[in-house]
Amino acid sequence: MLNSDAIWIIFTGFLVASSCGLLGSFLVLRRMAMVGDAISHAVLPGIVIGYLVTGSREPWVMVPAAGLLGILTSSIIEVLHQKAGVQSDASIGVTFTFLFAIGVILISMFAGQVDLDQECVLYGEIAYLPLNPLVLANGWSLGPKMVWILMPLLLLISLGIYLFYTPLSLTAFDPAFALSIGIKVGFWHQVLMGAVSFTTVASFDSVGAILVVAFLVVIPSTAWLLSQRLPLMLGLCLLLAFIISVTGYLAASWLNVSISGAMACSSGVLFVLAFLFSPLEGRVWLAFKKKSQQIGSI
Amino acid sequence: MNIAEIIGTNNFMVLFGSVLLTASTAVIGSFSYVRRQALIGDAIAHALLPGICLAFMWTGSKSPWVLVPGAILTGWLSVLCQETIVKYSKIKEDAALGIVLSVFFAFGIVLLTYIQQHGYASQSGLDKFLFGNAASLLLPDLLSFGLLALAVLLLVLAFYKEFLTYSFDPNFAETVGMSSTWLRLLLNGLTVVAVVIGIQAVGVVLMAAVLITPAAAARSWTHRLPTMILLAAAFSGSSAIAGVSISMLASGLPTGPLIVVVLSLIAVVSFLFAPQKGLISRNRRQQFHQRKINRENLLKLLYHHRSLGLKAIYERRPMEEQSIKKGLAELQQAQWVRQENKAYQLTEPGEKAARRIIKLHRLWEYYLSHKVHIAPDHVHEDAEMMEHILTPEMEALLEKELGFPEKDPHQSEIPYH
Repeated sequence: MLNSDAIWIIFTGFLVASSCGLLGSFLVLRRMAMVGDAISHAVLPGIVIGYLVTGSREPWVMVPAAGLLGILTSSIIEVLHQKAGVQSDASIGVTFTFLFAIGVILISMFAGQVDLDQECVLYGEIAYLPLNPLVLANGWSLGPKMVWILMPLLLLISLGIYLFYTPLSLTAFDPAFALSIGIKVGFWHQVLMGAVSFTTVASFDSVGAILVVAFLVVIPSTAWLLSQRLPLMLGLCLLLAFIISVTGYLAASWLNVSISGAMACSSGVLFVLAFLFSPLEGRVWLAFKKKSQQIGSI
Repeated sequence: MNIAEIIGTNNFMVLFGSVLLTASTAVIGSFSYVRRQALIGDAIAHALLPGICLAFMWTGSKSPWVLVPGAILTGWLSVLCQETIVKYSKIKEDAALGIVLSVFFAFGIVLLTYIQQHGYASQSGLDKFLFGNAASLLLPDLLSFGLLALAVLLLVLAFYKEFLTYSFDPNFAETVGMSSTWLRLLLNGLTVVAVVIGIQAVGVVLMAAVLITPAAAARSWTHRLPTMILLAAAFSGSSAIAGVSISMLASGLPTGPLIVVVLSLIAVVSFLFAPQKGLISRNRRQQFHQRKINRENLLKLLYHHRSLGLKAIYERRPMEEQSIKKGLAELQQAQWVRQENKAYQLTEPGEKAARRIIKLHRLWEYYLSHKVHIAPDHVHEDAEMMEHILTPEMEALLEKELGFPEKDPHQSEIPYH
């Protein structure tokens, strides 16, 4: 059942899930989960323009182009909210739909030249991944090309979080305090947004935007229900990423359905389990504790 | 193609239909905006997919009369899940939305691929429901969604007072005898139906725009809900007309994204240029106050030092030299400051104005220490701000309330003339 293609798919799933989980932790703590959703859609015009300008769909064109769009998106959201007094949720909604609409129009204007459509951005399919391997000049195959983008990305993200743990975590928990001790909150905000856009683009070529959102939001939320400390939460994200990619793949090949979809569903199941049974605040656990306390008091 | 051809019956139906669909969605969106749930539409739109798939798997039919109830069911379930997550865990609204959105949609994709793999007849195009395209709406579809839109509008009219009260303040609605649980369920239900309608015009990703962009744009122009609802409906109606027309003239361009781009441009213009709430008028107001504060600080400085050269002023005011020059020029024009031998001095009226600011400062310090009981060494910062804000009415009130005290908490004299 687990041939080499399967191993590559699970490994890619794990890479995407852990990159998204680590970055998503900071988004969820800063109550900016939906900004991740917005960016994952708003990068579409960046991808199209990048493609039209260079004529290439290679990751080294797509990733910077979409990264720029991601930073632009978060800046527009910021300006609308801070300067024009639009509700923060609404400024997210207005911005990403505008950019996505421009992307779709660009695609249909240059329909003959662009091999993209909005369905492929939404769905993506990790199953086709091994069809695009990185082959060396002497004929050796090094596995899917995307793995060679995603692996350094995960290393970079982990290293970044390790080196800049203090400013990142302070900005996430208490931006006012962070500002008062001289941390450049705005700068770290942009760094985070840039990292989210890069990861989104690098990921959704292989897994689709919705799976990216699932990994960005569901994995950190589940980890947060299970822990009270950020380092533990980040570690749990990696563990969850592993469980999700393995169980998602197995379920998908058993039922013969979309692998990306199954992985996201698997993360949903884990979230529900944590919501009900987390030893910290799971509903079932709390109800049980309450009951035993009542019995004790009688 | 001339105008008469454009108003051919079918095109006219499409135009009329899209206006009805988008405008009725915008009406419900205004309530979502007021309830600070701008992105709920995005989550609902994605949560329709599993409902559509399940309805199809159960009945094998692709008729909207089968798919719409299924979609409404899972859409409504998604709102319920989001509310449950927020209520019973430490997960916040935004993350709960993201969770519901992605997991429901992923489940829908799993079902969709299951349907494709397991030999259901005539399954192709099931997800077209989600990539709505107003231009390709057929007459029977238009009729059923048009009826749905009318039903939504009628319900809003019938329960307008209740919705208004509940949207602004659920607790107040409860105290005046309305059932906030029922109102919440009804409003959520209407939002789901509005999303089902709007998705026909623009598709799943752009759905959030049809629901919320008109409301956000309208909010810049008014602070009254009835006006806001009408404006939002007008904005989205005219965007629908513009979008459909452009799409018909430049054939090949998709209608939905065109509608959303026009809508977004209206919103951008509103955010920038609306009087009162627009970005430009906010900035202008802010600059006006900034310049006033700048001028008043210079007045105080010159009052304390009698006569100062430009360089001495630079040293004493931690501000950009450019804005100091500008402030001095404005003061000279008002004839509050005159220049003698390169030194700046206050004129008679200038001195009077300076004394008033110092009086306000010291009165406020007195007020804070005697009425609010704040320690005298903590009152200066606050007074430094209030001296620029206090209006003549508040000034008179303070003087009366405090009984014209002679000295401030630091034993400096309070000048009344």
